[in-house]
Amino acid sequence: MSSKSHAKPIVKPIGGQASNARTENAAGWLWASPWVVGFLGFMLLPIAMSFYYSLTEYPLLEKPIFIGFDNYASLLSDGVFLRAVGRTALYALVTIPLSTILALVIAGMLSARVRAGGFFQAAVFLPTLVPMAASAMVWLWLFNAKDGLINRTLAAIGIEGPNWLTGTITFGTDAAGQPIQMPWAFLSVVIIALWGVGQAVIVYLAALREVPTSLYEAAAIDGMGPIRRFMSVTLPMISPMILFNVITLTIGSLQVFVIPYVITKATPGGDPRSLYFFTSAMYDNAFVYAQMGYASAMAWVQLLVTLILTAGMFLVSKNLVHYRAG
Amino acid sequence: MSEGTFKVRESHWSSAATYAGLLLVSILFLTPLAWMVVTSFLTQEQAAQGPEVFVDGVKSFTPSGQAVTTPIDPTEIPRQIVRNYYGEHDANGVPIHRGVWTDDGVNFPLYLRNTLVVAILSVVGMTLSSAVVAYAFSRIHWRGRGVMFTLMLATMMIPFPVIMGPMFIIFSKLGWIGSLKPLWIPAWFGGAFNIFMLRQFFMGIPRDLDEAARLDGCGHWGIFWRVILPLSTPALSVVALFHFIYVWNDFLAPLIFLTHRDDFTLALGLQLYQSKAGNTPWNLLMAASTMVVAPVLLLFLFAQRQLIRGIAGDGLKE
Repeated sequence: MSSKSHAKPIVKPIGGQASNARTENAAGWLWASPWVVGFLGFMLLPIAMSFYYSLTEYPLLEKPIFIGFDNYASLLSDGVFLRAVGRTALYALVTIPLSTILALVIAGMLSARVRAGGFFQAAVFLPTLVPMAASAMVWLWLFNAKDGLINRTLAAIGIEGPNWLTGTITFGTDAAGQPIQMPWAFLSVVIIALWGVGQAVIVYLAALREVPTSLYEAAAIDGMGPIRRFMSVTLPMISPMILFNVITLTIGSLQVFVIPYVITKATPGGDPRSLYFFTSAMYDNAFVYAQMGYASAMAWVQLLVTLILTAGMFLVSKNLVHYRAG
Repeated sequence: MSEGTFKVRESHWSSAATYAGLLLVSILFLTPLAWMVVTSFLTQEQAAQGPEVFVDGVKSFTPSGQAVTTPIDPTEIPRQIVRNYYGEHDANGVPIHRGVWTDDGVNFPLYLRNTLVVAILSVVGMTLSSAVVAYAFSRIHWRGRGVMFTLMLATMMIPFPVIMGPMFIIFSKLGWIGSLKPLWIPAWFGGAFNIFMLRQFFMGIPRDLDEAARLDGCGHWGIFWRVILPLSTPALSVVALFHFIYVWNDFLAPLIFLTHRDDFTLALGLQLYQSKAGNTPWNLLMAASTMVVAPVLLLFLFAQRQLIRGIAGDGLKE
């Protein structure tokens, strides 16, 4: 890279304002074209196709047949689909708060700058780099009811560990005398999700470090104890990052697929419905049953739910999130 | 009011409790990976008996039905590692024992090659194209720039499952199904997140450097290659690093777009290995998992600071 002196005056472009603006315009579109083309071909077109297919019956090997909103109507009475959606919602409702609290607690501990803090940070972050297929295998082994590390360790202290992948937890009975149950596999998948908080921890840690200590000092002088300081100083100051992470987690939770898929395939004795989520239903309908029309309707429902939730979170956050000026 | 420095701990807890807490958390988070590696060093029977096997030894029965415990022989372990990961052949080269690498049903060497091909092509394409588009969003003034940028940010919210079905159809019309192309060609059109990140970074590079290059006779192309790119190596390497890891770990896209078993990537191969007939023994499955995980972990050891900076974003602030 050559470097000449910077002491020259700014040179006006040759050719006048208008032609320069025109060439700049062309240049801009040219340079942006990779993304624009990619957007048109791999984003806009699929979305449009997806919408069109959702209005058709399309068994893939034959031509799509227009059926209007019949797919959407069928979805409303499709028990398998509705339960999958409910399961996904429950998964999100459980995972997001637990994940956020865990990440904040760990980030809080890391922000105290103890010795070997780098090691602890690495330890927490490392699992997020593991391919999901490998994570599934490792946890399959850990959760193994007979020989897995978890149950063996529990047995060593006298507790009989549950059937993490095939058992059910019963919470008692409901009004009709039916047992209220949840498959252990659901909890296992949540645990695996919590294993991946490392990325959120790093984000929160950076945010915590940005909080000016002067605020803490002022709060302490005002007589606020540690809990009050956390609620009134820390939380508001890092609330933008919390919002960012919660939105990211929500979008991710709605799409959960790989780990449940691998575990279900690896557990022939288990209940395949116990880990059947939104994307599992979409995948099956699109690539196993080859019902692209029906799957596309599901996809649009997922898209709409994602957009509505994200927009909703942004709106709600206006009152809760504190954005620092400047 | 007291004078002097006022020390307030951000974490509000005593140092010892924090240290203990972090230690516990680290143990919990690292144990799965540690156990994966340890299991991959054992024989099938040793692995099946849980952690007590290190203390008590392997419990088995003699032919006469008597219970007997054999402690693990540490000198056998290196040989077992080779047996698990690679396999064992007799003097004539005939396989006695098939390890992960020489498995006859699951072709890991081929899958490694496939994964590397996709990863390298993908990373080069993604980094280059994202930089080019980021340049457009940061260094060129064109009509529609704002709209396109906002549009790009909005696309980050589109769930992949929504487009995966139609993308399969598009790819099959293009004739790409049945090859590795669907996995790496799209990367050459940039990624919204990477473009966004690079754009933020580029905006932090002083404009007078552009001017200097312009006086040398450089157009946009020259400025891009001689000014922007050389100064952006931290951000570019973060993009490359993260995308490499993303491609290496990707499961859903290969699952959908790869139709020939010979095209499988390591992630798919691992799942195939687990589900093949006659249930794969845990020690071998863990060896396979370790193999798939190892490159990413190595990358982490060498590029830890880059990775963490990339997420925390402080290396990329303007």
